[in-house]
Amino acid sequence: MRVAVDMKLCESHGQCVFAAPQVFSFDDEEYLVYEPEPDDALRDRVEKAAAACPVRAITLGPAS
Amino acid sequence: MTGDGRRHLVIVGASLAGLRAAQTLRAEGFEGELTVVGAELHAPYDRPPLSKQALTAPGGPPDTALPVPDGIRARWLLGRPAVALDPRAATVTLADGTTLPYDGLLVATGAAPRRLPPDRGAPPRRVFTLRDREDAHALRAELTPGRRLLVVGAGFLGSEVAAAGRALGLDVTVVEAGRLPLERVAGSAVGAFVADLHRTAGADLRVETTAETLHSGPDGALTGATLGDGTTVTADVAVLALGAVPATGWLAGSGLDAEGGVRCDRWLRALDTEGRVVPGVFAAGDAARVPQPLADGQPMALGHWSDALDQAATAARTMLTPHSPHALDAVPSFWSDLYGARIRSVGLPGAADEARVVEHDAVARRMEVSYHREGRLVGALTVGRTARLAAYREELHRRSTTVPAG
Repeated sequence: MRVAVDMKLCESHGQCVFAAPQVFSFDDEEYLVYEPEPDDALRDRVEKAAAACPVRAITLGPAS
Repeated sequence: MTGDGRRHLVIVGASLAGLRAAQTLRAEGFEGELTVVGAELHAPYDRPPLSKQALTAPGGPPDTALPVPDGIRARWLLGRPAVALDPRAATVTLADGTTLPYDGLLVATGAAPRRLPPDRGAPPRRVFTLRDREDAHALRAELTPGRRLLVVGAGFLGSEVAAAGRALGLDVTVVEAGRLPLERVAGSAVGAFVADLHRTAGADLRVETTAETLHSGPDGALTGATLGDGTTVTADVAVLALGAVPATGWLAGSGLDAEGGVRCDRWLRALDTEGRVVPGVFAAGDAARVPQPLADGQPMALGHWSDALDQAATAARTMLTPHSPHALDAVPSFWSDLYGARIRSVGLPGAADEARVVEHDAVARRMEVSYHREGRLVGALTVGRTARLAAYREELHRRSTTVPAG
């Protein structure tokens, strides 16, 4: 699977990090960093993360 | 669940929790009939931006509509508030007289702003509460530079409105009954931090007092207020940010324990006044009082965005399989952006008996506080340090799922 985050929308709410800390995290300046092609075993958590984003910045797609 | 095409599920409330529940029901394979009832005429929309971007965005209020995914296949009854529930007959009645029979009902009616006591009479013009889209649009139109804004209540909503007022160049006075803003929910260290944010930005923060009397001119519009300490404030616009009350008045007479929110068990099943499960009735979001493991199982209505989402998904699953109910497995969280400072929290800081300040840097506007109850972690809050919260959240999640909840 492929993950994309629209960084123009991201407001660093942290909900994705709480839902899927294996995939999403923050650097010290509160910028989101993430794994764009996470293991399929994490699909459930990544879907939860996308659903929990208050600004709907996360989109999921098939792996390239 | 499959093959149960005859069931009719009704969701009362067409906001975040209602939409999320509908989405979960279909995602979990529910094929029956689904009705969503909404008091407002609008399709579901998001409320957090109403006290933030909607007040300051240069191009006018942004569209805060929540996307309704394909495949929800719901009948939407909008602009029709529910007025009564009869759990014995399994029917809900709407304001227009419609009676809907249900096989399962979710109460997701949200909350309404606390208003002035009725004995104070009708407030002057240009005095607002802020909850729905109409409120935000009407308030925004009055926030013109040069005007003086009075905000009553320095919780998150009041503080956000004050910040928006300053961003728009208004003179802002904030009146708070407590010693510090947000002290009740986040303790004195965070309260002092937020007080400093207000004052640094030029807002006039008056604490330990209340707006006793609102004054109006001959045209009926607000001119100012007399405070509890006897001083007066001149103001052209006021926002009453006195908190929210779960919108459960329509459940009077239903037998549900609905005072201050529908009391639920941790499977989101509604309870009656004797504490018994009311068959077929569930609740989620701001209208629900849910046992909080981090507060020893005490039922609480928190009113947070993320809780509405989590509770709605869990309640929907329980509605589908009432005999193997799903327990709520979520850690509360909330956020606020004040004057550019990012306040983020997990757990229940308000349930703590002790707050430990791990970091406090007023200049860099960074803060980290952990909250404890009888020595055990119950919450954490950061300003400008969101990265630190994930570890707290993991620990709180472990605790929430190992401690029995009411």
